[in-house]
Parts: sequence; C-alpha cells; structure tokens
Amino acid sequence: MGNPDRMGALAPTATTVPASGPVPGPVAHSGPDSPPSLDVERLRKDFPALHQEVNGHPLVYLDNAATSQKPVQVLDAIRGYYEADNANVHRGIHELSRRATEAYEGARQRVARFLGVGDPAEVIWTRGTTEGINLVAASWGGANLGPGDEILLSEMEHHSNLVPWQLIARRTGAALRFLDVTDQGTLRLEQVDEILAGGRVRLAALTQVSNALGTLNPIREIADRVHAAGALLLVDGAQGAAHAPVDVHALGADFYAFSGHKLCGPTGIGVLWGRRELLEAMPPYMGGGEMISLVERDMSTWAPLPHTFEAGTPNIAGAIGMAAALDYLEGVGPAAILAHEQSLVAHALAQLRELPGIRLFGPEDASDRAGVVSFLLGDAHPHDISTILDAEGVAIRAGHHCTQLLMRRYGVAATARASFYLYNTREEVDRLVRSLETVRTLFA
Amino acid sequence: MTTDVQLTSLYQHLLLDHYRKPRNKGELREATADVHLRNPTCGDEIRLQLQVEDGVISDIRFQGEGCSISQAAASMMTALVKGAPVADALAMASRFTSMMHGDPEASRDKDLKDLRALAGVARFPVRVKCALLGFDALQEAVKQAGGGEVAGEGVGGTAADTDLRT
Repeated sequence: MGNPDRMGALAPTATTVPASGPVPGPVAHSGPDSPPSLDVERLRKDFPALHQEVNGHPLVYLDNAATSQKPVQVLDAIRGYYEADNANVHRGIHELSRRATEAYEGARQRVARFLGVGDPAEVIWTRGTTEGINLVAASWGGANLGPGDEILLSEMEHHSNLVPWQLIARRTGAALRFLDVTDQGTLRLEQVDEILAGGRVRLAALTQVSNALGTLNPIREIADRVHAAGALLLVDGAQGAAHAPVDVHALGADFYAFSGHKLCGPTGIGVLWGRRELLEAMPPYMGGGEMISLVERDMSTWAPLPHTFEAGTPNIAGAIGMAAALDYLEGVGPAAILAHEQSLVAHALAQLRELPGIRLFGPEDASDRAGVVSFLLGDAHPHDISTILDAEGVAIRAGHHCTQLLMRRYGVAATARASFYLYNTREEVDRLVRSLETVRTLFA
Repeated sequence: MTTDVQLTSLYQHLLLDHYRKPRNKGELREATADVHLRNPTCGDEIRLQLQVEDGVISDIRFQGEGCSISQAAASMMTALVKGAPVADALAMASRFTSMMHGDPEASRDKDLKDLRALAGVARFPVRVKCALLGFDALQEAVKQAGGGEVAGEGVGGTAADTDLRT
C-alpha cells in the first residue's frame, strides 16, 4: 500500500519532544513491513467539530483539502496563550512579553524541525501559502526576473501559485511556461526536460500535491532537473505538508510554502521556508515595524532574517497553534496519515467505479494520490451533487477548486471533490457513496 | 435511507425538464441587448440576448453553463417573459425575488408559471443566487436596451459578485 517515495522526501522527521500538552500515543502497527495504521476512533475524540449533526444526520466531513478540523490540543494551545501569556513579541522587557516571545520563537523552531531545517531564521511566518508565494514572486521575482526569462508552472497549479507569477511576469517582462497534465492527472518529466533545454527558465513553481486531483508529483526528480538547468524550485506545499512528513532538503526545494489550517492548525498562519543565501539577497516584501534595524527620514536598514520579511505584529497565537498542530501530527505519525488516506481513496475508488455515469479524475492507482477524489456523476452538476449530499450530512466541495486551467484541460467547468484526512473512516466513505445513490435517484 | 422531503421538492421533474431541455436556448442574430453574466464563486454563466420592440420583449435567447437550478431558472424565465412588456417582465423579476426570499404569497402567484417549481430553493440559501442569475441578466439586458431605470431593489447579487462582459 502506498508508495511514499513519490513525494520525493518522505524520510521520517527528526524525533522531537512535544512542546506541551498531550499528543496521541504510538500508533498500532499492522505488521512488520506494512505502514502503521491509525486508531481513528481514538483520534476522532480529539476533534470536537466532528461530533455534530448536519441536517439531521451525523456530519461526514470530506472537505479536508479546503481546510481541516482542529483537535483540542490546538484549541487549548491557542486559548492557553491568550489566557496566560498574551503580549506583543520582541522588544518588550516585561514578563508576559518574554513568555510570548519564547512561545512564538519556539513555534518557529518547531516548524524548522518539521521541515528538517537546521536554521530557524530560514522560517518566515506568513498568513498562509498564498502570501508565501506572493512574497517570493514579488521580492525574488522583482529583483531577478527580466525580459527573456521564464517561470515554469503547470496546468494543475492552484490560482495562488499562478496569479502571483502572472503579476510579476507583467511587471518584469518575464514569460510563463506550463507543463501539461496527462489524462491520468500527472506531469511528464520529459516535458520538464524539453522546456528546461531552452535555457530560459529561472524558477519553477510547482505543487507537491494537486488540490483538485490528489496527484503526488515527483518533486525530487523535477528538482534535480531544475537545478541542473541552473534554476530554482519553489514547492507549493499547501496540500503536501498535511499528508506526509516534509524534508525540504531531501525534496530538493529552494523555497517551500505551506499553511497551518490544512494540517489541523488555525487559519491565518503559514510559513515560507527559503534557503538563507536566497532570502538574504531578497529585498523586503512589506515595510513596517519588526522588520527594521535603523530608521531615518529617507532610508532604513533591515532587521536580519527572519524578521526582514515579518513587518508588523505577527499572528502570535496562530504560530503557537500551528506548532501545536505539528506536535499533534507527529504524535499521530505523518507516514501513517498518508497511508490511511490512500486506503480510504482505494476504498472510495473501488465503489465509485461501480456507479453508472461516474467520471473520475486523477491517477487510477490510490498509491499515486493523497486523499482526494474528484468526480462527476451523470448530468448532475457538482453544485447539485453537493447540495444533495449536504442534505444528508455529507460535506464535500464542488466547483473549479481554484484550478481553472485544469478544469479547462479536462473540458469541464467544475468537479465534485471529496477529500479525506486522518480522522475519516471507511464508514464515512460508504455514506458518501450511499448519498451519491440519492443523486442518481433524483437525477434519474 | 429515504430521500429528504426538501430535496425531492427541490429537484422536481419540471426543474430537471428545463435543465435538460432548456427553452429559448441559442443565439439571436440581431439583438437589442446582449449581456454575459457569471458568478465567479461558483462558475455559473449566462449569456442573455433580448430583442425589444415597442417596449415588448419580442424575442429572447440564452446560453449558459451551470447547475440545474441556474440553468432551469434561466430557461423558465425566458419562457415567461417572451412576448411580455418590459415593465411586466421586471415586475415578474421582483415577484420571483420575493419568492426566493421565502415570501409564501409570491410562491402562490400563478403568473410565475413554471418558476413556481423553484419555490423550494428558498430553503437552500446558498443556492438562491443560482436561481436569480437569469433575472440578474434580464435586468442588465433591459438597462442595456434602454428600458429605463429598474424599479425597486436589485433582483439579486450585486455588481461586485457578477462580472458583466457585454
């Protein structure tokens, strides 16, 4: 089951001691060679939002690629910070400010460990993946791109890893190049080679996992090619970081952007990681407090990394909550999360393939995906499917998933998407399939 | 599992009939007004063309893409207003909007004809904007045709969530 090597770098993360609070204990092992399996019923108890009825039915939450639910350990960390330590960070001399700073910078170190990074100053707090990519596009792109240069993207990119590059391309005269997506929902390494052979690509910006298809992209293989061509690689980890351990060096990334809320953390917090020498050569993205050293009338000097890119009072509680989420995931065992999702995908695909009128998108083999299943059913529009499922308590997403290029490539306006996470069960997948029978009945 | 009553009242035969066999679908070669509206949040789209002669909608065609509710509502709307004076069509728009906001009296108004089959949409608030897309386009088209100011409140949506591409 599963082929985690497709993620490029699924080496176990360094073992760490959780910062605070109880985290799930060791997971059950199903055999000497098989990946550890999750004690899902126990994990579900940690997520208060899962235990409710929607439209008279127990909630089945299958919209995890949009955002995940939060465990009590994360909620407690945020509440504990506001109740006991709330103060602005840095500069303050008083006790609460010292504690807040310690927790905030401790969270940065926690993220560094999650990413397999030795230098926490390479970890920049952002509002989320979108801001991280915009930061690199505006700052690195503004300083390094010009007419004749190319940025390599793919047709499966989320709009947040497309539009920032359109903006900087317009400003600098650089051009965008696109990798096609195959019928199977994958990228072709030969096409990477073909485009790189032109010698104009300065940076490739690609997603680790497709949010619309679930495809696990061969990032390591692409990274080697990009670097051999003298270019840089930004990895959009919005989906990837939630499902598996990340080691940015093993992955071959030069920049890695991801969000807290997709991996059991709060919204409004995320991280951009970049190699120090790249970040140090980049101009600030936003100006303000926190990011300066000396300020005069006409000019200022910048604070050292990571503060160069952190203007203004940061999302302190968000950073602390995100660190608590990483502790939680580590307690669960990130490799087990991907394996669990893939077993749910396999269970879903096997049943969905039997539904008359189904059209499935993405790789056929569950081991080539994270926990995402995109589909159409007969002539029921995805919004109709979603309304019908919601009436039976099943939450999925319907629409273009912020991937209009991908929808166009498949000749559809929208798809219905069910996405799984560590707390979903096979019974919930069965509920999804049963509700799709209701769709078939109503649209008969 | 028995199918929810509200669901069965929403996805009625008449709605699916208009969705699968839309009335007045196509293109007018000559049009007094030609508008293209889309709802960027869900991707529903409609292009609506009107031919207005002496204050009467003498012909109407639409093209579109979207969910069954948006496309069926557009089809029902064209069937209702074709041949009607512009002022009457706008009154229908207002009546239908009231129905979408749950006005029980509007849902009993026989003048709305097939559109009454959409009364159940009012119980699905996130889908109301789908049902209103056709009348939104009608309002824009009437303005473009020089049909004068639209009386009363907007039919639904705002300039901010529709993208007018004429």
